Amino acid sequence: MAPVSAMLPRWRLYSWSNNLMSSGTTLYLKGAEFQYPDNEKKVLKGIDLEIRAGEWIALLGPNGSGKSTLLKLFNALLLPSQGCCFIDGINTNETKSVALIRSKVSIVFQNPEDQIVASVVEEDTAFGPENLGLRSDEIKIRVKEALISVGLWEKRKHAVSSLSGGQKQRLALAGVFAIRPGSLLLDEAMSMLDPASRKSFLDLIKREHSSGCTIVQVTHRLDEILNSDRTVVITDGQISWQGKTENFLSISENELKDMGFAKPPVAVLKEELVKSGIIPGSTRSDIGEIRKKLCLLQ
Amino acid sequence: MSLIKGVTLGQYIPADSFIHKLDPRCKLLITVLSMILIFISGSFPAMAMWASLIIFTAKRSQIPAKALIKSAKPILVLIIFTSLLNIFFTGGSNIIFSIGPLKASVEGTVTALRMGLRLYLLVLFTALLTFTTSPSELSDGLEAAFGPLTRFGFPAHEVAMMMTIALRFIPTLFEETERIINAQVSRGADFVSGGLIKRAKAYIPVLIPLFVLVFKRADTLASAMEARCYRGGKGRVRMYPLTWGSAENKALTAFVVFSAAVISLNRCM
Repeated sequence: MAPVSAMLPRWRLYSWSNNLMSSGTTLYLKGAEFQYPDNEKKVLKGIDLEIRAGEWIALLGPNGSGKSTLLKLFNALLLPSQGCCFIDGINTNETKSVALIRSKVSIVFQNPEDQIVASVVEEDTAFGPENLGLRSDEIKIRVKEALISVGLWEKRKHAVSSLSGGQKQRLALAGVFAIRPGSLLLDEAMSMLDPASRKSFLDLIKREHSSGCTIVQVTHRLDEILNSDRTVVITDGQISWQGKTENFLSISENELKDMGFAKPPVAVLKEELVKSGIIPGSTRSDIGEIRKKLCLLQ
Repeated sequence: MSLIKGVTLGQYIPADSFIHKLDPRCKLLITVLSMILIFISGSFPAMAMWASLIIFTAKRSQIPAKALIKSAKPILVLIIFTSLLNIFFTGGSNIIFSIGPLKASVEGTVTALRMGLRLYLLVLFTALLTFTTSPSELSDGLEAAFGPLTRFGFPAHEVAMMMTIALRFIPTLFEETERIINAQVSRGADFVSGGLIKRAKAYIPVLIPLFVLVFKRADTLASAMEARCYRGGKGRVRMYPLTWGSAENKALTAFVVFSAAVISLNRCM
């Protein structure tokens, strides 16, 4: 079996740039359905969803609605029972392309303990590139870049068990960065983090997104979706709402409550300020942007 | 209640030392040879020399003495039990004392001391290997060592990967067990009072959630490994490829010379 490195374009192997991901990938689901064996109920029912390269999608929905299953379709961990899933035009059903797909789309799970394989920080970061069959010096470069970017370079020789929860999740992210995928799937990746760790984790995601990486973020917290371009709500295996995140956050508090969500305080504040005519309606529900507009008024 | 506190066996202690940098195959070979030689050379002076080698190696590899001594803690019961069996069942003419039919003899005490020391030295040698070799390096070394057996269908890579994961999850599972025990204690579970059977039964509510957790974790870990492009050993490379150079030759030669000296000393005794 040829190493995955043989399938990758040369620029992906020897690139050295500030962003750790390659340019964003396009993710596309066409009539995708999924049903677990030994279970009559379909988890996903006829999902049509196109995620453009470089887009940030927030995926919302109650527990058991099929969000995590959908992410696994994008990573070819699961294959649709019906319909198709394409990553940069490659059908995930093509067995030969699975390794290539996984080098383009990486996933970070909820609990870092479940995804760290090696006992030493740098060895775990190297796990992905080692599987890709890259050259030793290239692996070292990638590991160094990834660990510096998440602020764990000083701890590269440390045991994983000595890291805090936040550091472990950043290590999981470094392991993904070292693969240099074009898309990052976050399966409630921030739900186990304290506020400070969540902020630093979110900052890392923002940086990668600004350099062109596609982000698909599964979350239950609306204050985590403020940076996303588009929101998709999945209910009972179907898309029940999709549109711009700003439009989603403009939905009234009661309506959001009916959908099972609590409006984030920053969106409530923005709404009140817009209603009072203090800031324009085009302002994003971002505390930094609101502050800037208010400062301009003074 | 802290389960992992004080348990150092199997843990890796990172340091920048000559021993740490040695090829894991070399360290594995030396450890296996030393295990055989400790059993061959059973005199007390020979064991004193093995102990001095362990102390020297630990010092050179910056392993704290406390960690080295503590490494035998998990099997201390086994060492004591073996020693007791030797004291009372070896037999001999010089009886020191007797408890009913059990007689402790001088010969038995000497054998017990010898066996106990042997076991202790074996554990220390193994601990030195794990202290100075990261689990990944160790599994790489094992994979290379078992490499020739793959021709006969032996799954060398799979065995090595299983070992890496097992070692990685030792601290995690200790933490999880501790968490479950604390949760059960907070709900009135009693692990300290009663006889052996009652106490063993009390651990059932700990073992069941632990097993469930382990299976769930194994499932997610398998997905995470696949997601990170893992496809078994085929096409997989290493960040630090194994290299057998002059340092390994020197270490092995030094060990062979030292072993020859110990065996000679043992024969003279």
